[in-house]
Amino acid sequence: MELSELTIKEASEKLSSGEITSLQLTKAVFSKIEQIEPKIGAYITLCKEIAIDMATKSDQRRRAGKVLSEIDGIPIAVKDLFLTKGVRTTAASNILDDFMPAYESTVTKKLWEAGAVLIGKTNLDQFAMGSSTETSSFNTATDSNSTTRNPWDLERVPGGSSGGSAAAIAADECIGAIGTDTGGSIRQPAAFCGITGLKPTYGRVSRFGTIAMASSLDQAGPMTKTVEDAALLLKYISGHDSNDSTSSTIEVPDYCHDLENNIEGLKIGIPAEFYGQGLDPQIKKLIDSALELFEQKGAQIVPVSMPIVKYALAVYYILMPAEVSSNLARYDGIHYGFSKLKENDFTGSILDVYQQSRAEGFGAEAKRRIMLGSYVLSAGYYDAYYKKAQKVRRLVKNEFEKVFNDVDVLVTPVTPTVAFKAGEKIIDPLAMYLSDIMTVPINPAGVPALSIPVGFVKDDGKKLPVGMQIIGPMWGEQQILNLGDSYQKLTNWHKEKPLIS
Amino acid sequence: MSHISTEQIKHIAKLSRLSLHEEEIKLYSSQLSSILEYVEQLSEVNTDNVEPLSNVTGLDNVIREDVIVQNIVSHEDIKINTPKFDKNNFVVPGVFE
Repeated sequence: MELSELTIKEASEKLSSGEITSLQLTKAVFSKIEQIEPKIGAYITLCKEIAIDMATKSDQRRRAGKVLSEIDGIPIAVKDLFLTKGVRTTAASNILDDFMPAYESTVTKKLWEAGAVLIGKTNLDQFAMGSSTETSSFNTATDSNSTTRNPWDLERVPGGSSGGSAAAIAADECIGAIGTDTGGSIRQPAAFCGITGLKPTYGRVSRFGTIAMASSLDQAGPMTKTVEDAALLLKYISGHDSNDSTSSTIEVPDYCHDLENNIEGLKIGIPAEFYGQGLDPQIKKLIDSALELFEQKGAQIVPVSMPIVKYALAVYYILMPAEVSSNLARYDGIHYGFSKLKENDFTGSILDVYQQSRAEGFGAEAKRRIMLGSYVLSAGYYDAYYKKAQKVRRLVKNEFEKVFNDVDVLVTPVTPTVAFKAGEKIIDPLAMYLSDIMTVPINPAGVPALSIPVGFVKDDGKKLPVGMQIIGPMWGEQQILNLGDSYQKLTNWHKEKPLIS
Repeated sequence: MSHISTEQIKHIAKLSRLSLHEEEIKLYSSQLSSILEYVEQLSEVNTDNVEPLSNVTGLDNVIREDVIVQNIVSHEDIKINTPKFDKNNFVVPGVFE
């Protein structure tokens, strides 16, 4: 077994016992990256020098008996949406092609304070807008001159927007990773790549220094090889931050040490609305087998109905672009990023600087969402679209609250299909949006949700992973991690590795 | 109501500070129309007496003391990202004649 295949927990134990050093582990990760990165293209920026330095310092601390945490010395991949001081941060957009952050995001600051090692910045859909990593401005998979590819089938997308982080975990190009999730951007790529991904409760993790897409929906979370690892990483990135007034002051539990595998009497709700038209029957079969297993272990399967939830996608596609149009107003060609002012022969007005820098800097999906957002917020349409969507958002949230009076968790598929082929959906934005129908409703409600591997299906002769979504009530991370961990203790799907050819 | 004309697209592009090509205007007109057609299903939902929701954790206004904190961003850090920076000021084309 190669060291790069280790989970965070395994690596942490080997570091503790002195069996390996962080430097050995970090070098093993980079040698894996050197082998397969041209095929996968998980990273926009690799930080080998920084990583070697961080690992060396971690080993020095360990020798001096000054270990900072359980993740001290663990190589982590970070979505290129988190500001990292002195390390180029692009949001996978040309408009930030040469951007050097002046400060560190809270999430990454917490990771480095706990001793973690930065391997690199992973690819994503531009500004986290997309479900395939195809809206990225960067062709990171140099062999095929394309954006990130799925390690299980190089013809397919890794999902998105955190596609680079998901692919990096699946291909053992890191030990743990961090992503963000606004409408499924952690869970959907986790499902497509056969890894574990958690979207925490809104407010659990600080958004400070995370390039904003839709501020009332964005949430950072762990992307890992196991549920245990997700529980471990979550503890280190969570907590109140005075720089993000929406971050919660609720105490952060020790999720990993508190994991509990007894599911006897647990009430698992099955909302029929998530099992509707378009769901691949092979995926349904795999979820059904997982439910049978839970039942055998004493859980109760309870059919539930959530009639409002089908409107959540429409709510999302009004509120999200509205927030996008306002968050992306900051890219003005004056303060930072791509700018017409850098062109020597540019003689335009200040309005030209704005309009032309933005037109050339932003990709098509970003522009589409800015336009849509400006429209739904504009005079005459605000009440019909934006305000109406905010009202239905409350009904969606109420519906989740109500269902959690009756059950402890909900179990659903993550996606209606397995990973699709590159180029298949990028031409039709609405088709791409509809592929997120099972993950999107979670974000407007604010609740946490976990995606874990639940088996494989054959599609076009390829073995492709399938994800199961476990949804919990507000601040119910422990409950969903418990059920996910129980499942991984009973099955081995999460241990399967792609054969990258 | 859902069809967005190219004239409307031009207006929204102006509000959004995006200069678009004719081709993009046509494309966005059809794409935005189909997205808006999709979201119009919300009109089926009765929202009488429902308050809009913007924050899911129940926060209202979060206030703090207005105190000076040490600035974490230096002029040097700003300068490296700025197209035109002079004597710690951003330089832009003249706004007034």
